[in-house]
Amino acid sequence: MLKDITLGQYFPGDSIVHRLDPRTKLILVVVYIVALFNAGNVVSYALMLFVLFSCIALSHVGLKAVFKGLRTVFIIILITALLNIFYNTTGTLLVQFWRIRIFTGGIAMAVKMVLRIMMLISGTFLLTYTTSPIQLTDAIERLCGPLKKLHLPIHELAMMMSIALRFIPTLIEETDKIMSAQKARGADFETGNLIQKARALMPLLVPLFVSAFRRAEELATAMECRCYHGDSGRTRMKQLTYAPRDFVALALGFVVLAAVFVLKHFGL
Amino acid sequence: MLEDIDLEIAPGSFVAILGHNGCGKSTLAKHFNAILLPSGGKVYVDGLDTTDENRTLDVRRTVGMVFQNPDNQIVASIVEEDVAFAPENLGVEPAEIRRRVDGALAAVGMTEYAEHAPHLLSGGQKQRVAIAGVIAMRPRCIVLDEPTAMLDPIGREEVIDTVQRLNRESGVTVVLITHHMDEAAKADRLIVMDEGKIIADGPPKQVFQRVEELKAVGLTVPETVGLLAELRRAGLEVPLDALSVEDCARAIAAAL
Repeated sequence: MLKDITLGQYFPGDSIVHRLDPRTKLILVVVYIVALFNAGNVVSYALMLFVLFSCIALSHVGLKAVFKGLRTVFIIILITALLNIFYNTTGTLLVQFWRIRIFTGGIAMAVKMVLRIMMLISGTFLLTYTTSPIQLTDAIERLCGPLKKLHLPIHELAMMMSIALRFIPTLIEETDKIMSAQKARGADFETGNLIQKARALMPLLVPLFVSAFRRAEELATAMECRCYHGDSGRTRMKQLTYAPRDFVALALGFVVLAAVFVLKHFGL
Repeated sequence: MLEDIDLEIAPGSFVAILGHNGCGKSTLAKHFNAILLPSGGKVYVDGLDTTDENRTLDVRRTVGMVFQNPDNQIVASIVEEDVAFAPENLGVEPAEIRRRVDGALAAVGMTEYAEHAPHLLSGGQKQRVAIAGVIAMRPRCIVLDEPTAMLDPIGREEVIDTVQRLNRESGVTVVLITHHMDEAAKADRLIVMDEGKIIADGPPKQVFQRVEELKAVGLTVPETVGLLAELRRAGLEVPLDALSVEDCARAIAAAL
């Protein structure tokens, strides 16, 4: 069950989306999010959906993988939908049942919010699906590079992020193993109320933390053995260079953003 | 922990260090590249004193180290990016890093996995990636601290073959720390440690003849040598230095 978590997973590939510079993709995701939050009505939503689906199609990742990612935030989507349906009292009254009243405004808002969250998640997942964590942290490091002048530990933060991402599958695998081992000794993770379930997690978390600390220690030694000494004098094998396609992609991104603002202005 | 260690490792040699758990062999290994510094005495690597802080990086690039758990020494989420980690730290030019990474992956036979995620590889493959990550640094010596302890028999063979090939073909000095007799038997020199001291040092054939001594410190000899020792005790005149099954069979046939 734990193996299904796709958060931060990278699908290697050679599509145009994969080959874009990670900095471009990062900027585009920010542009996409800004556009998404400014999309106010049917036309702009249709435009954003079109943008999202064309990106997914170009990436060759497959709709299935993107939807699989959405499953992890299903609860949030559900709660958002319900809150909007029950608490929004604009528009005309549709259903009245005991103390529950559903208005057209609520339904419209719910659909809008759910769509927005789903598009937000799919878009950012598409970034992690098509960009290796190293490229991604690299992009963050370069884009935030100017902040190093303010003595902000950008390189260190990027390194931490990439190590965290590198160890997600390892720790998930380990959790699975410990869970099986504890189940074999009669541990019960499934039954009981919330408090009992939380308490049942203790024999899982303690060994997991102990082993995570041991891993940290060993990894630090291994990094030192490979001459890691922070940012100073460090080069990179993969240099990031903007190609013509990056400029085209960025230009298109900003055109979409501008279009959304124009549509917003006209109330579409 | 360590006492009376007086050891010189010749360039290009293949040295195995043998001993049971807690005998100080890992501690000794960590002194070889300035991860640990001696509290008394000196360690020189290629003429460099390991306590000289200005030269720590030079020491570490000369002596590369591979550890037991491959999962805990792979830094990056892509094989080739991990192999590039050490040369990147050393400030090597990007084009040269590319060459070194390709060379290192070819040397361990992992070229086709260059763009894979390490967590999807088998234990032996991961360990070979870890070795590639070290040789991309172009070290003159590689110290392997029980590199096969967590591997299945196939993985063990892959790793030991890789190490032997590096030693023979590229002339890299290899220090292999192990508690597997059959791996130790492949070295040109075998050092046995117990309680922080060196108790035997010589070619494996010679060291394994000291069957009783090895048993006293909790080590077993290779099965072939064990068999020959038993036969000798039973009164058969056999030599004790046959390490391979073929040699052993020949020795017994000759004695009969």
